[in-house]
Amino acid sequence: MSVATVFALCAAAAVGFGLYGLIVNPQPLRKILAFNLVGSGVFLAFGVVARRAAAAGFGADPVPQALVITGVVVAFSATALAVALLLRLFQATDAATLAPDPAPGPDSDPAGS
Amino acid sequence: MTFALALHIVLAVVVLGLAVWTIVARDTFAAVVGFVVYGLFLALVWVRLGAVDVALAEAAIGGGLNGVLLLGAAARLRTTELSVAPERPSVGLRLAAAVLSVAVATALAAAILLLPDPAPTLAPAAAANAAATGLANPVTNVLMAFRAMDTMLEKVVMLLALVGIWSLAPDRLWGGRPGPRHQADPQGMLAFLARLLPPIGVVVGIYLAWTGANHPGGAFQGATILAAMWLLVMMAGLADAPPVDTRWLRLALIAGPAVFLLVGLGGLWLGAAFLAYPAAYAKALILAIEAAMVLTVAITLGLLVAGPPARSAAP
Repeated sequence: MSVATVFALCAAAAVGFGLYGLIVNPQPLRKILAFNLVGSGVFLAFGVVARRAAAAGFGADPVPQALVITGVVVAFSATALAVALLLRLFQATDAATLAPDPAPGPDSDPAGS
Repeated sequence: MTFALALHIVLAVVVLGLAVWTIVARDTFAAVVGFVVYGLFLALVWVRLGAVDVALAEAAIGGGLNGVLLLGAAARLRTTELSVAPERPSVGLRLAAAVLSVAVATALAAAILLLPDPAPTLAPAAAANAAATGLANPVTNVLMAFRAMDTMLEKVVMLLALVGIWSLAPDRLWGGRPGPRHQADPQGMLAFLARLLPPIGVVVGIYLAWTGANHPGGAFQGATILAAMWLLVMMAGLADAPPVDTRWLRLALIAGPAVFLLVGLGGLWLGAAFLAYPAAYAKALILAIEAAMVLTVAITLGLLVAGPPARSAAP
């Protein structure tokens, strides 16, 4: 097994874990974290591709590396925007949930019944 | 099994363990801490993959700025933690999600492992054209010359994200200062570090941007360190965040994309194509773009973390 093989499996697993967390975790902040995990797995896949394409005296192909640097900064910008939206939601509704209407508490009477 | 292979496997296991912790930890704050440590270990993976430039970016952004942003958000949202229990998805949905995730991960792993051998590469092309720019770092060559369009549009994306964040401010606070007014004990540890670290950090940040022409480093990595120093000073209460309608701030925010666009249009007018640098001035033009970019990226990153205007412009 080479370095590329080990981290290729690592990248794929990171995408898998992130996807699972994105679907299953109900809290928006946890979804943002999970989405970042998916993103980092995809970047790592780029890194593995760059490593396999090492040539001309470079340790890795510079083109995928440059794309990943651009991607890391764009992913951070998107995360900052998502966090700002979430905090504004919390400020406006006093709750941070994506449920269509807040889940009723155990002793509250649902409307219309 | 060689030592290097064992090291890689241990590193991959640690990274994946932290990824699992980020997903399953009960407390969101603990999950965010796990994610920040994950970002730092990921930087080590990038070093092992021979991508030192990416490792620097990942450590500075994934481990540093993401940590400040997400830990701050987790602390603000702490009170919402208790109301989550009734929203937990059913066992059936979790099982379906697990099956889907395993399928996607398996397909991705197969796709990467079954790539053609020898792998197609642009490295020889990047090496052959390196003389055209006079820069020795191949990644900077790609970012600033061969794929400069991507880098320019990325600046615009960052500005759009900042405009999006600012537009979340209530009307009455428009033009105000972002974030809460930070107060720290003037004799405390944070204020001490905020006095001690910035002189070193500013030098390191500018050095990293400058040396990126020939060695690992670059405008983003340097600018991220400068942004971190600015945030440290703001969080220690030593300097307040500027109101978002300050003239110098607006000019600094557009300096990077504006210089990039001017040079690009100059290439169209004087040379062969948009963003085609005249060969004799290529290095000087790239350095001019990078200088403007460091300023813009540092200020944009700092303001992205600081958030929308939240109080009036009066100090």
